[in-house]
Amino acid sequence: MSRVVVEVMLKPEILDPQGRAVEGALDRLGLVGVTSVRQGKRFEIELAGPLDASRRERLNELAETLLANPVIENFTVHVVEDA
Amino acid sequence: MTPRVGVITFPGSLDDRDALRAIDYAGADPVALWHGDDSLGAVDAVVLPGGFSYGDYLRCGAIARFSPIMAALIPAAKDGLPVLGICNGFQVLCEAHLLPGALTRNDHRHFVCRDQRLRIESNTTAWTADYQVGEEILVPIKNGEGCYIAEESVLDELERSGRVLARYVGGNPNGSYRDIAGITNEAGNIVGLMPHPEHAIDDLTGPSSDGLGFFTSILHRLVSA
Repeated sequence: MSRVVVEVMLKPEILDPQGRAVEGALDRLGLVGVTSVRQGKRFEIELAGPLDASRRERLNELAETLLANPVIENFTVHVVEDA
Repeated sequence: MTPRVGVITFPGSLDDRDALRAIDYAGADPVALWHGDDSLGAVDAVVLPGGFSYGDYLRCGAIARFSPIMAALIPAAKDGLPVLGICNGFQVLCEAHLLPGALTRNDHRHFVCRDQRLRIESNTTAWTADYQVGEEILVPIKNGEGCYIAEESVLDELERSGRVLARYVGGNPNGSYRDIAGITNEAGNIVGLMPHPEHAIDDLTGPSSDGLGFFTSILHRLVSA
């Protein structure tokens, strides 16, 4: 089994209203000194068998088109296990 | 022959019925299309309706953009098929990169639902020819993720080439950059609009009948083609 983690974050210049809301809640709940919260997404993908080159390529394509929208988001693809 | 205008229903579409009705009101032949179909059939134009396709999972429009019928729509739109994306449909068009930029969460975090004044900025598109430039119209708006954003260079290019179709007047409802409510592609056949003209086609049920112009525009374009 192989495991891949794709993490997606809004680009720094894009306003993150959800992060702002969480920031406000942290402050209200007594966490002192919070200056910024950004909220992102994490995809944990499990695949049967090893990751051959074609599956890696397809995975990267889908990370860039489906999982993330590069107009507003940055993403990383991290292979955790490849067997 | 009466022009045929299709409306694609995705799982979670809400406003497909109103869009079909608006097409009928305008005098064109409404055609219901299904997201799982591989072909558009014999339609002369397509509307992507509002709603919450695939529950807005992942990002609004992100999964709908890969539905089977979109594989037929995307090349057809690039070849000049008139396409109007309303609200969620606008989000689908941006996700498909048929229009530049993206729609993100409203800057004030609240869902907005109200009647909204718009100023028509371009009447050279397939969907706005029946309006006057500078004309103000009143149509409903209802979205949680309607904040139009794009890079400064893209916004400048949209302005320079007259591709900002409509702007919010009397208060920006969602934080959209430069008060942009709708845009078009270079050819003017693909239009995305966040507010809902299909809900304003008759004074009996809407705040005005100002929205009907989008649907008569496409009818007149197709009849004269």
